Amino acid sequence: MIEIDRITKTYDGVHAVDSVTMTVETGTITIIVGTSGSGKTTLLRMINRLEEPSSGEVRINGESTLATKPHLLRRRIGYAIQGHGLFPHHSVARNIGAVPELLNWPKDKISARVDELLTLFSMDPVAFRDRYPAELSGGQQQRVGVARALASRPDLLLMDEPFGALDPIIRSRAQDDLRRIQQRLGSTIMLVTHDMDEAIRLGDRVAVMDGGKLVQYATPAEIISQPATGFVADMVGDVERPLRLLSLIPVSEVVEDGAAEGGALPAGASLRDALAACLWTGRTAVPVAHDDAVVGRVTLDAIRARAELHA
Amino acid sequence: MTVAANRIVAGEGVTVLALAGAEVTLPGLVAILVGLTLGLPGAWPQLRLVGAIVGLAGLLWLLTHGASALLDGAGDYARVSPAVGFWCLLLIFMLLMADALANLAPGPLARGTLLAAVLAAAGIILWSGALSELSILQEYASRKAAFANAALRHLALALGSLATAAAVGFPLGILCHRRADLRETTLPVLSFLQTIPSLAMFGLMIPILGWVGNTLPGAQAIGIAGIGFAPAFLALVLYSLLPVVGNTVAGLASAPPAALEAARGMGMTPRQRLLRVELPLGLPVILTGVRIVLVQNIGLAVIAGLIGGGGFGTFVFQGLNQTAADLILLGALPTVALALVSAIVMDILVDLTRPTPKGGA
Repeated sequence: MIEIDRITKTYDGVHAVDSVTMTVETGTITIIVGTSGSGKTTLLRMINRLEEPSSGEVRINGESTLATKPHLLRRRIGYAIQGHGLFPHHSVARNIGAVPELLNWPKDKISARVDELLTLFSMDPVAFRDRYPAELSGGQQQRVGVARALASRPDLLLMDEPFGALDPIIRSRAQDDLRRIQQRLGSTIMLVTHDMDEAIRLGDRVAVMDGGKLVQYATPAEIISQPATGFVADMVGDVERPLRLLSLIPVSEVVEDGAAEGGALPAGASLRDALAACLWTGRTAVPVAHDDAVVGRVTLDAIRARAELHA
Repeated sequence: MTVAANRIVAGEGVTVLALAGAEVTLPGLVAILVGLTLGLPGAWPQLRLVGAIVGLAGLLWLLTHGASALLDGAGDYARVSPAVGFWCLLLIFMLLMADALANLAPGPLARGTLLAAVLAAAGIILWSGALSELSILQEYASRKAAFANAALRHLALALGSLATAAAVGFPLGILCHRRADLRETTLPVLSFLQTIPSLAMFGLMIPILGWVGNTLPGAQAIGIAGIGFAPAFLALVLYSLLPVVGNTVAGLASAPPAALEAARGMGMTPRQRLLRVELPLGLPVILTGVRIVLVQNIGLAVIAGLIGGGGFGTFVFQGLNQTAADLILLGALPTVALALVSAIVMDILVDLTRPTPKGGA
């Protein structure tokens, strides 16, 4: 559990981060979202003390981060940044093994861990471990960057706009990967972004920052249906709110018995996918399949009724 | 070729055809012509390289055989030296060779081997005495001991000042990299030093070090005086500082900011960041600075001859005073060769320290 306790950062009398308090549960993804200048990156960097808090403190599993020397603290916290920050003169294996090397792990343990992580990120260890960052695609570099941050099995993984430099298609794949790996490893992740879509898509909880203050800290559904301030509503976007809400609800929630024409959707699809399928093909209902067997249908009426619930 | 009655008077030109019998001139001329025909068309660098080597061999053949033929019965003081035609052809073949090599772009190892081969060939040719009848080597023969002394002194000046500049400059560069205020005062001062003309710098050293030698007790005992080795050495060190410090700062700053941020974020100490990230990434740029200093100092050390610093400059200035062109060449040619060799060696080192392989591998 990460407890952020009335943490404040002041630059020349201006509060960049103003008395933020929040608690992050172990094994969850928390997204800190805000516009530039909202203090979201400063908040993140105070957790591993790349910035020293002016007041307040952070406790990881009950222990204050101020009790450890900054560089030793950072070796326990994974850190992934925009534009990956890989060392251009080190091979992929040495990049991923950088923190274990700082922690003096034995060589064979490091190389076993490197291969394990490459496999986890769907990169063949034999093909990739001896390459240099310049020989990888943007998406591969980003995966190596995240793998490096996870290498020493840190208590916490901090990510500062990790997908910011990727094109949209690669970005959504990277987000899916992160979700999958986080669920597999049970990692605790705090991720900073300015992209509300990303926040809603990835977050178990979303923290919205505005002018150094934490204005709302809630589940994605709550952020969309009950924005605490006008700023949060703006961030969500009034026009897109119903669609964003539908994207969080799986079709399995409103599936009903009966048949429908045309191609089927998988049970894991969202209501937004179902709505899109209906509108695009002019149908009033689409079949829902589970492992290739049709289990029912979702109707346009059911989607509309669900959207009107606002929650 | 030029023949002169002695080393001072201007020589008389002798064309290649009048040099000696056809059995001597023909093979040489043919080799030169073949070399030019192979070398001038631009399409195949390999062919150009072969052409250059054949052409050089032809020149060498003419030089060795022609010299002995001309000196036959010409008297003890007569001097033979290559004339304009020889130097022009030499230049052409060297350019062809350099161009072919640049096109072939051999790896560091291949270049090292090639350099060793060329040096060995030059050594063998000089050692064998085939050229010993040329005037420049006649000058050498009468100054063997002085030449060895000058060579050692020249190397001591160039390499010693480089080592001193490195010992001072690397730490200074690292400090400047860490602290912007230091950088902003240091680099302009060093740039200013660099703009002082070399003759003026050596001249200025005379009163300054002369004063130090006279006032500071014990200074003269360790060789500090207005003229001689000390002022020359100090001037060279001062000239070396800007390239060393400047390139160290530039090299350390060349590490990508994101990589440094990541290094900090993963818990590297400042020392670890310097040793594991900034220095390895900056090494090629830093070594380029060393290369500049080395070549520059080998050249500048010639001027040191003017204030009694020794080195090859001694021959150059003696030659200037006596209007003996061969003596000037005796000082200048080894200097040029030394600078070329060290430039090539340093380039190989720079390539070897490149942090990532270019292209594949």
